Amino acid sequence: MEPTDHLFRRESGRMVATLTRIFGIHNLALAEDVVQDAFCRALEVWKFHGVPENPSAWLMATAKNRALDVLRRERTARTFAPELGRMLDSEWTLAPAVEELFGAPAIHDGQLRMMFSCCHPRLPEEAQVALMLHILCGFSVDEVAGAFVSSHAAIEKRISRAKKVMAGSKRLFDVSGQGDLSVRLPAVQRALYLLFNEGYHGASPESAVRAELCREAMRLTALLLDHSPAATPATRALSALMCFHAARLPARVDAAGDLRPLFEQDRSRWDVRVIAEGQRQLDLSATGPELTEYHVEAAIAWVHTAAHGVEDTNWGMIVSLYDQLMAIHPSPVVALNRAIATAQREGPQRGLEEIRKIAHSDRLASYPFYHAALGEFEFRSGRHEVARQHFLTALTFVRNPMERRFIEQRIGACKVGSPVG
Amino acid sequence: MSEFVFLYRGGESGRSPERIQQSMQKWMAWFKELGQNGHVKDQGQPLERTGKLVKRKQKTVTDGPFAEAKDIVGGYTLIEARDLAQAVELSKGCPILDVDGAVEVRPVMKLNM
Repeated sequence: MEPTDHLFRRESGRMVATLTRIFGIHNLALAEDVVQDAFCRALEVWKFHGVPENPSAWLMATAKNRALDVLRRERTARTFAPELGRMLDSEWTLAPAVEELFGAPAIHDGQLRMMFSCCHPRLPEEAQVALMLHILCGFSVDEVAGAFVSSHAAIEKRISRAKKVMAGSKRLFDVSGQGDLSVRLPAVQRALYLLFNEGYHGASPESAVRAELCREAMRLTALLLDHSPAATPATRALSALMCFHAARLPARVDAAGDLRPLFEQDRSRWDVRVIAEGQRQLDLSATGPELTEYHVEAAIAWVHTAAHGVEDTNWGMIVSLYDQLMAIHPSPVVALNRAIATAQREGPQRGLEEIRKIAHSDRLASYPFYHAALGEFEFRSGRHEVARQHFLTALTFVRNPMERRFIEQRIGACKVGSPVG
Repeated sequence: MSEFVFLYRGGESGRSPERIQQSMQKWMAWFKELGQNGHVKDQGQPLERTGKLVKRKQKTVTDGPFAEAKDIVGGYTLIEARDLAQAVELSKGCPILDVDGAVEVRPVMKLNM
């Protein structure tokens, strides 16, 4: 039997979270060592004897046995999780306590605790996301650096600082207290949102779409949905948003490996099952007084999925949803998207006017799609040479070969002069 | 056909989950290929990297590991090959070589000398 895709990476998060719950957050490094140890063991044994029937259970059982060894050997020298108190001191209570913490409900709970702990208020957002990716998704420092287009040294520093802050919090975040949970939940949602976006719009030099990051963000969001105090309307809206975007992933890159803008995607390749799940979550999100940016963004994505093509898309609705989004969470990127929707409804000239009105547009100066949008509107207005200049500027800011090819095609279209899109 | 023992020394440690997984997949593919070509007499066993060392007449018992980490034998396989040259050639596909490890190729002594 072949180990399934990313088995070790996936199990790593579950194992580290579970062990940290037993050892205590200050012993995170010990938990990571035990996991590393279990993995090396699996590698040694499996390569000779093959992968066992249930590899996840094998890994968890190995981690559990190693945890028991460590607890017995070091319980006088070290302090472990304060929540478990004296449970770990006597042999009578040790084994049953550990057994319970390795049960399915506790493993689930452990991951949630870790997720909330990663979103410590003293950590900047990018550190929270890096920490989640590293601890809960089992990404190595290099892999996290790859995801954020950052250097190994920078990410290593970011993660080790973040771990120190987390270790200083004495204990893992307690997800059973409703009050504390609702205070930190927005930070967790935000981190998951950023993680998903990094996969969807990310600036990775290799590929514009890293479905893996999206999948991980969705997997962690599902943990929130399974824990009713965390399954708030905002969490459901976030989940809906992820579903609608994820459903389009198969069409976002075409057979030739080229990036396809929404306008040109083969909509038959959208995943209808994922769209249906998004719709379900969006329906469930429509309760309570709070309208979050996730609600609005999910609604925008839903309007797109509901249309058969660009022509029958309800652009008026999309523009007004962007107005709402600007009211909740104004940003130059949101304003740019609003301008693009306006152009769809009222023509490229209106699009150009809207782009010129964007506040803080200097923050878009190095965003390739800002220049691409300008180029597109000029092109559609028949000013091909002006359009070409914008696309050439866009070309200097592309972040991966896919974006490069996309912009180059547009430059080519300007030369030929034939209308595109 | 002659028999050879491959002793796997060193390699692996402190690697990310994804790298460990890739390493495992490489090992399994390598063993599979050796097996399909009829070179595996006995796939062998992994060995714990700890143990005891019992020495000389005094039978003094000391703790392993017995060598530096890079020299510790982590497992063995019994291989069938035409000659030492072929066995060495086969060992060159071993994934342990990608992770700073080594394969020791040792001919099994034959009865009929």
